[in-house]
Amino acid sequence: MDDLSWTGIFTHGFIRFWPVWLALVLTFAVSIRYRRRLALYGKLFDSTVGMIGFAFVMFWVFTALFAGMIITHDPLVQLSGMKNALPGAAVKSPAEGSYPWYLLGGDNLARDVFSRMVMGAREVLKIAPAATVFAFIMGITLGLPAGYFGGRLDTFLSFLANLVLAFPVILLFYLLVTPEIVETGIPMYFAAVLFLFPVIFFSVLLNSRFHPNPPRRNLYVGAVLVIGLWAYLGLAFNLDPTGVFAMDPNLLNVFVSVVFVNAPGVFRIVRGLVMDIKARDYVAAGQTRGEGPWYIMLWEILPNARGPLIVDFCLRIGYTTILLGTLGFFGLGVSPESPDWGSTIDDGRKLLSIYPHAALVPALALMSLVLGLNLLADGLREESLRD
Amino acid sequence: MENWDPTKPILEIENLSISFFTRLREIPAVMDFSCTVMAGEAMGLVGESGCGKSTVALAVMRDLGKNGRITGGSIRFKGRDLTRMSDEELRHIRGSEIAMIYQEPMASLNPAMKVGAQLAEVPMIHQGMGRAQALALARQIVADVRLPDPDRILQSYPHQLSGGQQQRIVIAMALMAKPALLILDEPTTALDVTVEAGIVDLVKELGRKYGTSMLFISHNLGLVLDVCDRLCVMYSGEAVETGKIEDVFAHMRHPYTQALFRSIPLPGADKNARPLISIPGNFPLPHERPKGCNFGPRCDYFETGRCNVTAIPMSTVPEGDRHESRCLKWSEIDWDAPPAARISREKRPFGPVVLRMDDLKKYYNVSTGAFGGGATKVVKANETLSFEAREGETLAIVGESGCGKSTFAKVLMGLETATAGQIMLFDENVQSTPIQKRGADTISKVQMVFQNPFDTLNPSMTVGRQIIRALEIFGWGDSDTDRENRMLELLDLVKLPRAFADRMPRQLSGGQKQRVGIARAFAGGAKVVVADEPVSALDVSVQAAVTDLLMDIQRENGTTLLFISHDLSIVRYLSDRVMVMYLGHVVEMGTTDQVFAPPYHPYTEALLSAVPIADPRVTRERIVLEGEIPSAMNPPPGCPFQTRCRWKSQVPGGLCDREMPPVRDLGAGHQVKCHLTAQILDTMQPVIRIAAE
Amino acid sequence: MFFFLLRRIGVMILTALALTFVVFYLTNLPPNLEKLAKSEASARMTDDQVDSWLASNGFASPVVQRYGEWLGVVPGWTGTTSDGRPTGRCYNRLPKDAEAPRYCGILQGDWGWSTVFKQPVTEILARSLGHTGWLMLWVMIVMVPTALLIGVLSGMREGTITDRVLSTFSIATTATPEYVSGVILIAIFASATAGISPWLAEHGWISGKTLFQGTATSAMDKITFWNFALPVMTIALYGIGYIARMTRASMTEVMTQQYIRTARLKGVSFRDVVLKHALRNALIAPFTVIMLQFPWLLNGVVIVETLFNYKGFGWTLVQAAGNNDIQLLLACSVVAVFVVLVTQLISDVGYVFLNPRIRLG
Repeated sequence: MDDLSWTGIFTHGFIRFWPVWLALVLTFAVSIRYRRRLALYGKLFDSTVGMIGFAFVMFWVFTALFAGMIITHDPLVQLSGMKNALPGAAVKSPAEGSYPWYLLGGDNLARDVFSRMVMGAREVLKIAPAATVFAFIMGITLGLPAGYFGGRLDTFLSFLANLVLAFPVILLFYLLVTPEIVETGIPMYFAAVLFLFPVIFFSVLLNSRFHPNPPRRNLYVGAVLVIGLWAYLGLAFNLDPTGVFAMDPNLLNVFVSVVFVNAPGVFRIVRGLVMDIKARDYVAAGQTRGEGPWYIMLWEILPNARGPLIVDFCLRIGYTTILLGTLGFFGLGVSPESPDWGSTIDDGRKLLSIYPHAALVPALALMSLVLGLNLLADGLREESLRD
Repeated sequence: MENWDPTKPILEIENLSISFFTRLREIPAVMDFSCTVMAGEAMGLVGESGCGKSTVALAVMRDLGKNGRITGGSIRFKGRDLTRMSDEELRHIRGSEIAMIYQEPMASLNPAMKVGAQLAEVPMIHQGMGRAQALALARQIVADVRLPDPDRILQSYPHQLSGGQQQRIVIAMALMAKPALLILDEPTTALDVTVEAGIVDLVKELGRKYGTSMLFISHNLGLVLDVCDRLCVMYSGEAVETGKIEDVFAHMRHPYTQALFRSIPLPGADKNARPLISIPGNFPLPHERPKGCNFGPRCDYFETGRCNVTAIPMSTVPEGDRHESRCLKWSEIDWDAPPAARISREKRPFGPVVLRMDDLKKYYNVSTGAFGGGATKVVKANETLSFEAREGETLAIVGESGCGKSTFAKVLMGLETATAGQIMLFDENVQSTPIQKRGADTISKVQMVFQNPFDTLNPSMTVGRQIIRALEIFGWGDSDTDRENRMLELLDLVKLPRAFADRMPRQLSGGQKQRVGIARAFAGGAKVVVADEPVSALDVSVQAAVTDLLMDIQRENGTTLLFISHDLSIVRYLSDRVMVMYLGHVVEMGTTDQVFAPPYHPYTEALLSAVPIADPRVTRERIVLEGEIPSAMNPPPGCPFQTRCRWKSQVPGGLCDREMPPVRDLGAGHQVKCHLTAQILDTMQPVIRIAAE
Repeated sequence: MFFFLLRRIGVMILTALALTFVVFYLTNLPPNLEKLAKSEASARMTDDQVDSWLASNGFASPVVQRYGEWLGVVPGWTGTTSDGRPTGRCYNRLPKDAEAPRYCGILQGDWGWSTVFKQPVTEILARSLGHTGWLMLWVMIVMVPTALLIGVLSGMREGTITDRVLSTFSIATTATPEYVSGVILIAIFASATAGISPWLAEHGWISGKTLFQGTATSAMDKITFWNFALPVMTIALYGIGYIARMTRASMTEVMTQQYIRTARLKGVSFRDVVLKHALRNALIAPFTVIMLQFPWLLNGVVIVETLFNYKGFGWTLVQAAGNNDIQLLLACSVVAVFVVLVTQLISDVGYVFLNPRIRLG
């Protein structure tokens, strides 16, 4: 086989992504068709910026989903003669039925850069959104009462939040994401606190809504508690007997640190929004009919703060992706073999001035995902401000 | 511009059409609008929100924003067409020839610039004046708008001034270049009534002094009557009637104008004998206007096949001066016939006392200084409040901002607990029971209707769901179906279609939202309802309907209504007894007749005089209060009203400065908190007189 | 104003104490100390030997006490070595015959000894902060005016082509973290095989192999455009996007305010509306943002210094953290926390000065 020209690389690369293109076309066709019925999500398709951002984001989401079908080689396997191979290089003595090229070249360990990039998307999209969700639940659960009650509680929580925010992120990572820390079990304590928040959040959410109807309340809150605590034991302490919920200690550490860094930002936003919304008459109406404070916070205030929160959520996934990349860039946390983009950039930068492709490919991938998220957030903000 | 003939109109708007362009469609905001303003004339532009009156003003300034465009017609100012002017030409006219005054004084002043600099800018731009000279002129104009201590004012930032002072600065800014035309867009809506009265007087006087023509935009007919010579009534983007104030007020020739006047509470209206007549239906949305006459679907004189066929032009009404009406049938209608729909009702006797307050006090501790640390101060929000309310009675609580009426509502509802005193609700003492400790039964019996219709409903919950939630909380019904049915009944009660149950609040108009708010308050069969300015944010024609609804429900259920308001017209119309509050004190209390007739408390007297009344037969004595309402943080010593009282000199020995006046009973339960002797009180003249018909 | 400052400084000191304690605690965790013992004494020590080494070097006392010693509010530990000489925290590296002081923490100016560089921490810090100072200076000079200009230009007429172009540019730069933009910039401008350098060299327009230098090591001796432009641009780009977006948001908001309409309808020209009426109000928010950017700029500094091998503060921090150099890492943390808190204070105070609406009690 001959090496591919740039046109060849593009054509073959494009073809490899066929499941993604198909899924994208379907998503857009359906969404645009029914956009008038889809509230804010539908309005997104009125904004060019939002649509471009959404396309970028969904491209990577589908890539992560169909990664198994897209990759051309095993991202961990090294093929002889392919060390630092240039993009489009033909595989020397390919095995029967294997893909004949390294589409985007090989890295310094002779692994396929293309496949590592595709698998990297899966790594990144596994952690970043989940960590952001947890950061949001934590930030919301603490930000609501801080903004609503004010006073000492607010002073105390705000002090804590500012404490974390004043910590240079990179220092925090160097202190928290080390094998020594895993040894001491500190991440587990953090996780024990952190993973409790979703359980608290959802039980309080349902309890405040259904307490006038005890049987239904007991059913809903009971279900949340059973599933929540089961997952809690598994994720935080690795004590799930069935093994459905478990997390690698290294990954747990990274996860917890990222949530920890993000939660205070969410806290501040939620607190500000609550202070604004709590002066509305419908909150007073809730109070005058004797609603409890948590019902008012969770059902009267929170749904009406959703606009800015959704926008921030998109931005924050991008930020989290950057943070994860930073961790990888410094070789912290995740395993060295991992194809995640940050670590790959770190691997590639040693030979950057001679063979830039190994670092450039994941760098551009990460950039396009974060750019997509930013554009999406911008589109959402613009559309939610309209009318 | 020098060769302009002063006998020609200053402003001539001809067949003006304005549209806003959105992504989906073109929304016509103003259609075929014409009006003429002569030199020194004050023209009123009246209509409900969304009728396009502010758009006309902005079009004159040629400041319609990115989406707005003039699609037809001309605006001639001193004979020159503004719609064809370049930006540079416009810039020379803006501020020097035409000036504008806006609704929100705080928002219209630059927060980061000293008042002096903002004022001096105008002559510096237009007359090339030097800075020192411009500041000297600014000082003179500031004195002209009757602001005390002009030097200090010029050196202050806008936030250091009160709302009334800010509005005076905005007026001063408009007058800096002695413009030929002044546009005032709801200049007093954000202000308290007594402050408003001062501003209105000032505007009138300055208009006369400088010979300025005015375009005065307002939703308040009374205010327009006070200020203007001519008016133009707008409805849904069109002028429907225009003419001299006297002609239009006394001999209106358009059904909308007539309906508008019938729906506002003028002296003589009475909730039982002569109830208001609300305009049926709703204001059409700009893109859902009917064919033919826009007012057709709501008009009593509507004739299918005639009114809904083609666009209707303005036609001249021969009697009167330049009096025009956009109605095909104006010459056929008998304008003097009494309204057919008026049904007078029986007055219902009051029941037993359901609510009694004894010497209620509510103090707050407030720390001064923006960042804490300063000394704490006690704010006396309510002082020795005592009254009782009977079943089926309407008690109005009247006062301007900061008088403590909202605090009083909070204490009654249990959102705050009283500092001292007693509240007897039915047969329970609730003064120190916060709402969390009250039983569902007590809570559901005392409910509240809120002021702002756009704020009263949770925007992300359906209307039905919100009512059902109230039912759930009050423990009403045994099953979801029960509550569902009850919710639908409640929608019937407030005269909303049942289909509204599944709507989101944003799909409802202001009046409809307010109805849902009322339904929610009555969900648990409330016996006492606190209505905090329930109609003040609504358009005039909707106000009557919502007020009527409240009265109907009250009549049926024997509800006790505590009606908080600053609007004395509506209070006079619907209340049985009135309580006037000032800075946390009840200064006067009595039946409606007692309070609205002399002897008055000096504050009540000023308040009555300040409220504009849209009836040319009514003459008012003008009493303009000097100064601002003192802050509740820092009340004056002695009588709270002494800083603004015009009767103060009648009390010997400076008693007002030193001592809080006692509560005195003037007979038949009429209480006044004043030092004035009975002899002096008896000499008081009525503020409002209605000329005999 | 005075009380406000006092309060803010009080909170700041409290924050600094809390943060340094957290850092102290995390760097002095048993596994770290064990690693320290093994690297300082012998890699093949048994657990007992480690314990006794730690005990004889003052690491046995409770962590709060050791924190106090490090801070300099608790007397330093003392003991005797196996050969009978007195030893202790304050005995190390004393000149001959000098009396050991009782306290020797950072408050006394004793920042400890770096195990990696075999030098006093203060010396290393002074040198590396000097390098980073130059970097930050140039970053600020490039970043702040550019960002504000972009923000004001795009915010002053929302929705125009200029706005669209500039906004897209700022979104793109905020989406590009330093380790990505650094890699891209090097690949384009400083790679011998890719980007524009080979092409330029072919035409003989550049004398060396690459247009810009891929490392900034030489900048530590002499800063030139060719060795410093890439690191400065890398840090500045990210900040430019962020600050420009803030400025734009603030500017567009101000431009829709009623008082801008007042000014316009007074006949003020558009240029003066922007310069005299909008700018000051619009810059209040970005000012605080610029100040609060410092924690993130520090991130950029660490990444860029690592990427370009520039031995400044960030590079030192990475070395200290990577090699378990506890004293140096602690010192770096103190500096970082201090910088962040001081900028926050400046941001608060500046906000009050810029915004006349806030009055101080």
